[in-house]
Amino acid sequence: MTAVAPAKNAPRRPALRSARDYLDRHRSLSIIIGMAIVTAILPFIVTLPPFSGFDAQRVWIGSFATAGIFVLLAIGLNVVVGLSGLLDLGYAAFYAIGAYTYAFAASSFTGIHIPFWPMLLVGALIAAIFGILLGAPTLRLRGDYLAIVTLGFGEIVPILFRNADARNIGVNLTNGTNGIGGIDRPTLPVIQIGDFKILDVVFNAANPLSYYLTMAIIITLVLILVYRLQDSRLGRAWQAIREDELAAASNGVNTITTKLLAFALGATTSGFAGVFSASKLVFVSPDQFGFTVSFTILAMVVLGGMGNSIGVALGAFIIYVIQSVFLKQMTNFFDDFQVPILSDINFIEYQFLLYGIALVAMMLLRPEGLFPSRQRARELHTDEGLDPMEGSPSGGDAEGSLA
Amino acid sequence: MTDDATAGSAPAADDTAAGDISGDDPKAVLAGAWADGADTSDIMLRARSVTKRFGGLVAVREADLVIPRGKIVSLIGPNGAGKTTFFNIVAGILDPTAGDIEFRGRKMIARPVRAWFEPVLWFVPSLIIVAVTWLLTAFGAGVAALEVGILLSVLALVVTMLLAIVRPVWYSRLLTRLGVFKSARPNDMVEAGIGRTFQNIRLFQNMSAIENVLVGMHTRLKSNMVDAMLSTPRRNREERDGRKRARELLALVGLRGRDHALARNLPYGDQRRLEVARALASNPVLLLLDEPTAGMNPAETAEMTRLISRLRVELGLTILLIEHDMRVVMGISDRITVLDHGEQIAEGTPDEVRRDPKVIEAYLGAPSS
Repeated sequence: MTAVAPAKNAPRRPALRSARDYLDRHRSLSIIIGMAIVTAILPFIVTLPPFSGFDAQRVWIGSFATAGIFVLLAIGLNVVVGLSGLLDLGYAAFYAIGAYTYAFAASSFTGIHIPFWPMLLVGALIAAIFGILLGAPTLRLRGDYLAIVTLGFGEIVPILFRNADARNIGVNLTNGTNGIGGIDRPTLPVIQIGDFKILDVVFNAANPLSYYLTMAIIITLVLILVYRLQDSRLGRAWQAIREDELAAASNGVNTITTKLLAFALGATTSGFAGVFSASKLVFVSPDQFGFTVSFTILAMVVLGGMGNSIGVALGAFIIYVIQSVFLKQMTNFFDDFQVPILSDINFIEYQFLLYGIALVAMMLLRPEGLFPSRQRARELHTDEGLDPMEGSPSGGDAEGSLA
Repeated sequence: MTDDATAGSAPAADDTAAGDISGDDPKAVLAGAWADGADTSDIMLRARSVTKRFGGLVAVREADLVIPRGKIVSLIGPNGAGKTTFFNIVAGILDPTAGDIEFRGRKMIARPVRAWFEPVLWFVPSLIIVAVTWLLTAFGAGVAALEVGILLSVLALVVTMLLAIVRPVWYSRLLTRLGVFKSARPNDMVEAGIGRTFQNIRLFQNMSAIENVLVGMHTRLKSNMVDAMLSTPRRNREERDGRKRARELLALVGLRGRDHALARNLPYGDQRRLEVARALASNPVLLLLDEPTAGMNPAETAEMTRLISRLRVELGLTILLIEHDMRVVMGISDRITVLDHGEQIAEGTPDEVRRDPKVIEAYLGAPSS
């Protein structure tokens, strides 16, 4: 028994540990500083070769802002899948609801023009409400069954938006397959003090920097909030439910409301992402929210490292940049050099093949993801300091299924 | 809108339901449902003819059990006698097929009556709005009416579901009036003051010892999501106090200094003790221990027995114990109930039970010569 004393208690590399402790204790501050550094550095990195050869700086910043949408989505899905262990295969539905909410509230299609900033919150709130609507009847289900129901919901929502037009229901609610265009861009009130203008920022395609900065701020806030929740009573309850739902309930955790909160918070985050994406692309259509989006986000969460919000964010960022920039560059590269066979391949079309390969390779080599949470790493590497007696799963599922 | 809708559907529902309740007297079940009884009696928990069937198998048949305040009551019997099933019923995990359980004078557990009716109720306001909208459009109201109608019906659905989650008092009363009885869920029983451990240890394996205890404290911590997001002083104070108390509990069960060890890395005996600490974290008045000494060596067993006696003396807990080790059972129990094949075959003090011929035949066996 003494041989299995947890390695954690052993004093190893004290400098590293105290640094980590410091970061843990001042997590919000470290997130703010870290995000600020990353946000400041990225625009300059892309002016260096080889990145500068791919695209202009402006285009890079624009795609970083779009990557931010997926980072947000991944952080939100991580709350549901990584922290609470509820498999949600229809996550893009909430993204669609957020985007369409903004499209309805700020476009020439409806003639209503509500500013972007309040709608950011309203869109998130409405996505959260739909999260609760979906969650309330379905969260009694476990595992695979929940996945199937959410998959269905993820299909229903885009289909509703696609078919709610004049041809199908007699009233044009969503403009069908054509989607809603001409969505308002965000604006900021310019405050002028003498010659000095505060908040003189223009949001448009020619100036993606303002989108980029807005996204950085949103991600910073969401990360801080998610980490605070994770360390709270609620975060422990999520983790307990992921570990053993019956034991969690028997220790006073109201599993229904706790799971519902996870669902609602995940939906809130994707609501932010939806509103932001609608305002950036100034266009929404049902095709943007298909199953492939849900799947992409889930792959990002799994590859990034389930349960670790920062890891998931990094994973989402890297995957998005690879799929949207490097695959395109690879196609161009081989086209330019006329390499036989390879130059005929459009690599962008093969992104899901690449996802598949990456997922299989990951599950075999590093199942906890690229940047795992300490928790998940411990779960999947059972050989480190584990008493063989306790190696067997805590079982009792027969007992659980009777409940 | 919600009130109108539910009031409208209530009389019809009452009529249809009067016939289909079988078994218990529905009035008796409903009268006591969730009503706060006076907590003056010396009886902590009273089970009245609790029966549980799984298909054709009767796991527990008409079990009656009274647990007096401050006593240790043991439940013994051969494997498959229905002890753990009875435990799970008391803990709110399984609903009984018949009978009911009163905890501190409050009827909390009985067969659910018309539980299906509640989800139906959620959709009633929305359906009414949809019907009205439909009628309006049929009589020439424009697109706007349809849009508003759809919006309102979704809103109504959200409101009813939120009500179902938040469960204000009047909502529960309304359900009672409509003849719906929902048996308490496990977390309700914890809230009411029952803590339990499991026969096959069910710790949160990948959480540290102190985190396990903090999860056990869940119902006693009051800070909510907003507190956590804003990191309010209230939340920080509560978290600090909670951790302090969790360390005290770990020390009480003999796990001082193992706060940050992962649950699954603890030795078997310590895992059992950690489970007790976790169950104690919710400040229970009644502790359900399911074979707390299973798989322990004699020294560990003796230590666990001492711990159980200490819990009664120092914390004033009432304890319901399932145990196979007769030395433990006979040593610390005040009353013993013997189950065999789901039936209660004896009840009494340790001495009475030890001499009961039925118990000897079914379980204890004849003394070896």
